[in-house]
Amino acid sequence: MSTISAKALRRSMQNFLPSLAPVRFVAEDGTPEKPPPGYRAPDDALLREAYRRMVLGRRFDTQASALTKQGRLAVYPSSRGQEACQIAAALVLREDDWLFPTYRDSVALVARGVDPVEVLTLLRGDWHCGYDPMAIRVAPQCTPLATQVVHAVGMAEAMRRKGEEGVAMALIGDGGTSEGDFHEALNFAAVFASPVVFFVQNNKYAISVPLARQSAAPTLAYKGVGYGVRSEQVDGNDPVAVLSVLTVAVEHARAGRGPFLVEAHTYRMDAHTNADDATRYRDAAEVERWRAADPLDRLETYLRARAVLTDDDIEADRSDAESLAADLRARMNIAHEGDPLELFDHVFAEPTPQLREQRALLAAEFTAQED
Amino acid sequence: MATVTMAQALNTALRDALTADERVLVFGEDVGPLGGVFRITDGLTRDFGEQRCFDTPLAEAGIVGLAVGMAMGGFRPVVEMQFDAFAYPAFEQIASHVAKSRNRTRGRVSLPMVIRIPYAGGIGGVEHHCDSSEAYYAHTPGLKVVTPATVEDAYWLLRDAIDDPDPVVFLEPKKLYWSKQDTDFATRHAPPFGRAIVRREGSDATLVTYGPSVPVALEAAEVAARDGRGLEVVDLRTLVPFDDETVAASVRRTGRCVVIQEAQGFAGVGAEIAARVQERCFHSLAAPVLRVAGFDIPYPPPKLEHAHLPGVDRVLDAVDRLQFDDVPDVRHLIVGAA
Repeated sequence: MSTISAKALRRSMQNFLPSLAPVRFVAEDGTPEKPPPGYRAPDDALLREAYRRMVLGRRFDTQASALTKQGRLAVYPSSRGQEACQIAAALVLREDDWLFPTYRDSVALVARGVDPVEVLTLLRGDWHCGYDPMAIRVAPQCTPLATQVVHAVGMAEAMRRKGEEGVAMALIGDGGTSEGDFHEALNFAAVFASPVVFFVQNNKYAISVPLARQSAAPTLAYKGVGYGVRSEQVDGNDPVAVLSVLTVAVEHARAGRGPFLVEAHTYRMDAHTNADDATRYRDAAEVERWRAADPLDRLETYLRARAVLTDDDIEADRSDAESLAADLRARMNIAHEGDPLELFDHVFAEPTPQLREQRALLAAEFTAQED
Repeated sequence: MATVTMAQALNTALRDALTADERVLVFGEDVGPLGGVFRITDGLTRDFGEQRCFDTPLAEAGIVGLAVGMAMGGFRPVVEMQFDAFAYPAFEQIASHVAKSRNRTRGRVSLPMVIRIPYAGGIGGVEHHCDSSEAYYAHTPGLKVVTPATVEDAYWLLRDAIDDPDPVVFLEPKKLYWSKQDTDFATRHAPPFGRAIVRREGSDATLVTYGPSVPVALEAAEVAARDGRGLEVVDLRTLVPFDDETVAASVRRTGRCVVIQEAQGFAGVGAEIAARVQERCFHSLAAPVLRVAGFDIPYPPPKLEHAHLPGVDRVLDAVDRLQFDDVPDVRHLIVGAA
């Protein structure tokens, strides 16, 4: 057995290593920057559409947070500030691709075309995910951290082995990259050369624990290198850059060149969920500093300067967003409890005799209460 | 008819399933060219190709998680966990996803997959190689849990498990891998999936058991018969679904019951069985339902496992306490005992 030569190793490493700085097309003030070679700016029509989706996404997010205060949602993990990532993830995927999201990716699901009420079904406190994952190719929003990343590899392998051209994209946060399943997923995908994109939204906090206490890696993108996964880092609040890098990642996977890891540097503007108090672990000044990096403001300035976005467009988008929020409010305000007897129906394809007995027992309890 | 081992029966079942359904895939650690550490997948990669039977990196959560994704993608994965205790890293995937996917999606995402696990002791295995882990799986709603005790059942239950629309944890008693039976698999004699079977008829007491303990129960019944006592042996075959009907019918007939399991007793499957029998057969019982189990200790080292494993003597001692002479069993009433 021969070991790899130093020269070959260096060349091999270069295939996997991320850029030294996050890929960026647009500075925080909305002025263009020169991106590194290999990345193309998306066309203006796509950027215009991305802007619209981001406006809708942010309004959806704000409305969902408000619904928790009215008791219409059990809990809501906001992705405010991460709209560039959420929308780009949805826009770079085709219909035949698969998305494997976490609980914080509701905005991406809405952008993918899942009905907003269905998106919020689980968070409303229901026992199921609301939508049909097979129909829209979106896995249930995953609560156990990083477990869905392995599923994405399995789905990518299934598509590859069936000769289909689909790509699977797994969404994950910075904290999730500490979980073993994340590493197993990277390793499996690299060994099998699976068509999968790992998209890490590094929003700097895992509930309260800051990134510095989560990982000593140079950046999270470097976690791909040891497994032989092509990796890149991107300014996660620059929608142009996120779209560009994710497009490259998806094309890489679709072309059969194996998995691709993208780390987006972004920031969770709100607390972990409505039940969390972020003032216990971070300064208002830090949040204020990130407000200046707002992805919507940045894209708006950039597109206005390019005359792609007008006052009328912005007005139209805001109006659409208000309609979406009003529709969501109206449909979420319908009281919903669910049928407790249905809890027995989908444990197995056919309920066992014991489940049938228990179902009858519960039905009898209800009948007795009614009498 | 030929003499077949349980290991060969399992291999044949995998072969026949791979032939019958192109969606079936076999993967795990060392299941490829090596054929698995117990040779259950012997020759499958050679005969069906790397696409149908392949080695994965060494990571159990990854293997089960990969199977989840592939099942969502239309395949029917049959994965191997190399040993009982090595399956624990996969437990989160099994408990949080494999078991719950159908429910979480209101029936839209079913996961037809089989997790094969060589389990239990009696082979002189070292630490982490002899756990009886069935209770963890049986306690998890959404999983079917199977453990064959005969060569014929090994074949048919594995075929059933692979064809099942729900995920199945298939527990293979290691010590029975080399057990033999004259059989062929041309015609099915095995009962349907989910049904227990009376392996031996008897009228004085019922021994309810499964997997590695079935031969122990049968041997105990043989010895008891020489003393003129007829012991009925019920082999559960599937722990989930549980066949209350067959078990209760037998106990009502005999009026006495001993539940036998190799696993440690506390909060085990045997406790569940004893409770179910008591609930259903109380008025037919002439004595308390007794359990014979392994002790509540970590699985002992090879040279001491004989002290732990429930053998014929421990079973017959329990049978003797079933108040045949109408004298109450006072073992639990001894002063100072809990």
